[in-house]
Amino acid sequence: MAVCVAVIAKENYPLYIRSVPTENELKFHYMVHTSLDVVDEKISAMGKALVDQRELYLGLLYPTEDYKVYGYVTNSKVKFVMVVDSSNPALRDNEIRSMFRKLHNSYTDVMCNPFYNPGDRIQSRAFDSMVTSMMIQVC
Amino acid sequence: MDAPEEPLPPVIYTMENKPIVTCAGDQNLFTSIYPTLSQQLPREPMEWRRSYGRAPKMIHLESNFVQFKEELLPKEGNKALLTFPFLHIYWTECCDTEVYKATVKDDLTKWQNVLKAHSSVDWLIVVVENDAKKKNKTNILPRTSIVDKIRNDFCNKQSDRCVVLTDPLKDSSRTQESWNTFLTKLRTLLLMSFTKNLGKFEDDMRTLREKRTEPGWSFCEYFMVQEELAFVFEMLQQFEDALVQYDELDALFSQYVVNFGAGDGANWLTFFCQPVKSWNGLILRKPIDMEKRELIQRQEATLLDLRSYLFARQCTLLLFLQRPWEVAQRALELLHSCVQELKLLEVSVPPGALDCWVFLSCLEVLQRIEGCCDRAQMDSNIAHTVGLWSYATEKLKALGYLCGLVSEKGPDSEDLNRTVDLLAGLGAERPETANTAQSPYKKLKEALSSVEAFEKHYLDLSHATIEMYTSIGRIRSAKFVGKDLAEFYMRKKSPQKAESYLQGALKNYLAEGWALPITHTQKQLAECQKHLGQIENYLQTSSLLAGDHHLTEEERTYFCQEILNFASQHTDSPGHKVVLPMHSFAHLRDLRFTPANAVVHVGGILSVEITVCSQMPIPVRVEQITISVHFSVEKNSYRKTAEWLTKHKTSNGIISFPAETLPFPASQNSLPALELYEMFERSPSDNSLNTTGIICKNVHMLLRRQESGAALDSPSGVALEDGPHVLQCGDVTLAPGANTVTFRTQAKEPGTYTLRQLCASAGPVCFVLPHLYPLAQYDVYSQEPQLHVEPLADSLLAGIPQKVKFTVTTGHYTVKNGDSLQLSNVEAMPVLCHAENRAVIYSNAREKASEASLRVQSSDKVTSISLPAVPAYHVIEFELEVLSLPSAPATAGESSALGVTEAQRKHKDTPKAGHCMATTDHKVSIECPWSIYSTVIALTFSMPFRTTHALLSSGTRKYIQVCVQNLSDLDFRLSDSALADVGGSADLQLRPLNLESQQHICSRQSVFFVWELTWTREPPPPLHARFSVGFRPASQERLTVSLKPYTYEFQVENFFTLYNVRAEILPPAGMELCRTGALCALEVAITRLSDLLEVDRDEALTESDEHFSTKLMYEVVDNSSNWAVCGKSSGVISMPVVPQATHRVHMEVMPLFAGYLPLPDIRLFKYLPHHSAHSSQLDADSWIENDSLSVDKHVDDQLDSSSIKSRGSVHSAASSEHKGLPMPRLQALPPGQVFNSSAGMQILVIPSKDDHVLEVSVT
Repeated sequence: MAVCVAVIAKENYPLYIRSVPTENELKFHYMVHTSLDVVDEKISAMGKALVDQRELYLGLLYPTEDYKVYGYVTNSKVKFVMVVDSSNPALRDNEIRSMFRKLHNSYTDVMCNPFYNPGDRIQSRAFDSMVTSMMIQVC
Repeated sequence: MDAPEEPLPPVIYTMENKPIVTCAGDQNLFTSIYPTLSQQLPREPMEWRRSYGRAPKMIHLESNFVQFKEELLPKEGNKALLTFPFLHIYWTECCDTEVYKATVKDDLTKWQNVLKAHSSVDWLIVVVENDAKKKNKTNILPRTSIVDKIRNDFCNKQSDRCVVLTDPLKDSSRTQESWNTFLTKLRTLLLMSFTKNLGKFEDDMRTLREKRTEPGWSFCEYFMVQEELAFVFEMLQQFEDALVQYDELDALFSQYVVNFGAGDGANWLTFFCQPVKSWNGLILRKPIDMEKRELIQRQEATLLDLRSYLFARQCTLLLFLQRPWEVAQRALELLHSCVQELKLLEVSVPPGALDCWVFLSCLEVLQRIEGCCDRAQMDSNIAHTVGLWSYATEKLKALGYLCGLVSEKGPDSEDLNRTVDLLAGLGAERPETANTAQSPYKKLKEALSSVEAFEKHYLDLSHATIEMYTSIGRIRSAKFVGKDLAEFYMRKKSPQKAESYLQGALKNYLAEGWALPITHTQKQLAECQKHLGQIENYLQTSSLLAGDHHLTEEERTYFCQEILNFASQHTDSPGHKVVLPMHSFAHLRDLRFTPANAVVHVGGILSVEITVCSQMPIPVRVEQITISVHFSVEKNSYRKTAEWLTKHKTSNGIISFPAETLPFPASQNSLPALELYEMFERSPSDNSLNTTGIICKNVHMLLRRQESGAALDSPSGVALEDGPHVLQCGDVTLAPGANTVTFRTQAKEPGTYTLRQLCASAGPVCFVLPHLYPLAQYDVYSQEPQLHVEPLADSLLAGIPQKVKFTVTTGHYTVKNGDSLQLSNVEAMPVLCHAENRAVIYSNAREKASEASLRVQSSDKVTSISLPAVPAYHVIEFELEVLSLPSAPATAGESSALGVTEAQRKHKDTPKAGHCMATTDHKVSIECPWSIYSTVIALTFSMPFRTTHALLSSGTRKYIQVCVQNLSDLDFRLSDSALADVGGSADLQLRPLNLESQQHICSRQSVFFVWELTWTREPPPPLHARFSVGFRPASQERLTVSLKPYTYEFQVENFFTLYNVRAEILPPAGMELCRTGALCALEVAITRLSDLLEVDRDEALTESDEHFSTKLMYEVVDNSSNWAVCGKSSGVISMPVVPQATHRVHMEVMPLFAGYLPLPDIRLFKYLPHHSAHSSQLDADSWIENDSLSVDKHVDDQLDSSSIKSRGSVHSAASSEHKGLPMPRLQALPPGQVFNSSAGMQILVIPSKDDHVLEVSVT
């Protein structure tokens, strides 16, 4: 489903970024990085809204000709960005949401690992395989 | 607008349509009323209740009034709604029954029949009444009658279908009221008609939609039907509803495309798959693009046509709804989805055609929005439009690349052909925009016409986009567009313009730590810098790239080779150096000092071993690696001795440098590490410490503003330090990975050396690590020679040979052959010379260097130790044996008291309770070869023994006991113990009772010796004895030196027994044994054993009746509280000085415990009268306190009660007045003079019967 999944730290450096191997990795890096603009915008707009009712899912960040970029932000301001192929219109908001939720759960597991240093790159194999599963579902 | 002629069909170029209402009947009447009617109708809103639960709406109604014609009525199956007459009105002014019957009724009937034929039920009959007319005609029926007639004739149960309008052209309240009623009716009926007809239409439409799966269903037909509905809503100003219709169509179409992609193709869709031939973009300036609409109607539209038309309509409605930003957002979605749909449907599109279409469309949308918003609105909504700008920029760029407009040479013929094809697809410019100078069409045409024009347009667009992104804070997007621009500039061979964009983007990526974009941008930057000829920057970037693991091996090798090539080419130009930061080239992992404590003496060799991890992909030969060193002279250099430094340095000598954390954002690691130093400030006059603290030497780096110097270390930031002190290592080849480089240096000046910079140079290229942190320092010291003498063990023992360690720290002094230490001899402490003495020589780092023999020569005054030849900064250690001879024995025991007599030779330190050994100090002065002054060394020896003596009596027989206590940790063997009377009196003999001649005395144990003392003359003279015992350590069987015996002298006098005290406790009368709580009799018998002797002559002696008597005081003391003495416990007796004179005292005591109890002590004192000059301060006060003042009933026979009383009064006087008053004194008798024959006796006490608590004490 997803062609690129990225976890970005509060300070906007990538904790984890992976894209489908068939595509040009660099392109996605640029895309995810650029999407942070919109993430920041959305977060700051959300800051004005009530904190309790905060929605973690940021929705479509921006579409490009070939891809759609979706965003999600945890309470600790860690961002998840997912790039999805536009030619797959079967993906609805709900599916994207559930994928993000899955990603968040897996990320929480990573954080719970006492040997993981918050702020380090994520190298967890479990997380990696979860991301792989999200990417494979399309093909 | 009386509309006598109705255009048919209506041309719908504008949305000026209104619902059609037909008028029949009296046309002149209607014409007169029309102005008021058309003005009044929309004035008030009416609530429109909707079917299907849609929310009711307030609606302002307007109508287009046309003359009734039968053709207007829709035929069966006609779906047109716009031309549908929603209401038919018949107007009449008739007030005359005759006229009515003659003409009007027929007319009405005909009208009704036509309507019925078309099953139209929406009609209304209006009867206009005119008062003026009524007055003229007298024969008119009452008004109501006509209306009633009409109602009767036509309004079958629908009386509301006929209304009366009274005096419509007058200005009266009645007229007003009549108008209001009429208008309300009209509006209600109109709405009813809408509801009914639209509802029917919608139902039909839905039915049609449900047939979409049937073959032969055409989307275009359906499109037309639903659009009709949209038109009507639009006509009714219900734009929201109109928009919904288009959105539904949009969604339906999209779904078909998706399904088609999934393989579920509808036949009609294949038509949309025809190749794209025209790409002239969206047209948004007309409310309805009739051209495209007709294409759709004719089912000839392409996908782009359909999409364009749909979006144009949506756009129009959204703009009506004042939602221009939604237009922008939908436009972007539309453009993206069109591109996707074309791909999905596999429509063949000439290359570039879509780009043209998108570009034109973007600009068209933007211009359309600009056209209906003012500047301020545009500026505050950039976030909505910037996407279109950037999309347009992207597409123009793509077109430029496609048509060869970006290359340096310009387009070739193939490119030109392509351009011509593309332009052809644009068609001719639309008439609406023909006069606009900046129309998208013109822009695109111009841009594709020449390289220069393209550049201008592209730059305009790019700059506009960047500016917009920047203004709304989307910096990353702006940088990304900037990077495209840079790429463009690079293609155009103007790298100077590209550089700033690349740098900007790179800074952004570095700040946020995005490795791949960093690498990519750096690669672009490297190329740019190469073109610009910025050698240093290029080399720096190259070094970064060469060490970048995200690049392939070949790329890295290429960049590495670039540096090496430069280095090898420019070797001939000295002076010019290219300074590059080290971190990209190599990483310093650790640094190790040898010796490990990083302290060397002047002239010593220090080696520094560094481990450098080269990041380069290939081995790099470096001509020189240098470490520049900062030298500072330590002010308090005297502390920098080897000893002190050894204690205060970390021992392993390895300093590890933290690994670089480059992949993480620069914001975290851009700050240089703190460089902290100690700081001491001393007053210039007396060198005392004024202030001390820690200073940070790179404050300027840490506190500078963040953004200015955040990401890139500019090459100028790395300065090459040039100091006099450097460590160097030449010609090193650094292989990829870890390399070890060793520097060796000879220490010169004493002080602290701090390693500051690491620099690896290859030709003119220097890789510099500007600061080494954590601090790496080494110290060089110079030291004065020193001699230490200390005992090998904890303390030295006197009397036996002891080892003393000599430590010579040579410092800067070189010990030559023949140098010797001259020890001045001390008589009491000879140095024992052995044949073989060995000295061990250590290096300064306490490593054993060698061993040498030592020659010790003793003359009578001086002992000379010749030292082996040793270089500077070494340590010579050797041991010598010394013996402290016991000095002349001091006499102890001047008093014959049975007590502890300390052998105190050193009186200044009085030992407390006998745990400390007596000590002797010996001072030795040593002359050292390096100094003209002699060193004085004090050695303290302790006596291993402490000796006490005691006099023991048995009746009149006397024994001397000597106790030798070993205080040391060694075991000794004692031999040849002897006690001799040194007084030389022939009357005393000492007979040893010791059996063994050799005794073993363990550490911390005692050995006792006993002699019996006999005499031949009574009384015996005082004994002045000397005890001597030979000793040697038990561990050493044989000793090379003969040892002096240990001696102890003491005196014993007055040891002749004068009195025998005997006590006895008798059970109460009639009982066999003593019981607790029962009074027992204590009988004390004091017996004089000898005649009057010299010792008796004192104040207590009184002479009467040719015999002498002396006064004694007895006292019963029971320290263990076994006994309660009842009554007087003490008394004074007068003792006749006659042999065998016995004095008995009777007392009563009560045992307090059961068991074998020792008898209470009986003490005897000499009782001296108060006028005695000789005062013995034996605790007179306490004695008086102890005494009970009660008069004993068992008064001593010899003593009258008055004497006791007087003593009591004396006591009371003494206590009430002051103690200085003369009073009787007590003097203890020497221990040898009293023999207590009942000492040690015990008596059995049994518990009393009634004791419920049994306490038994066993002693």
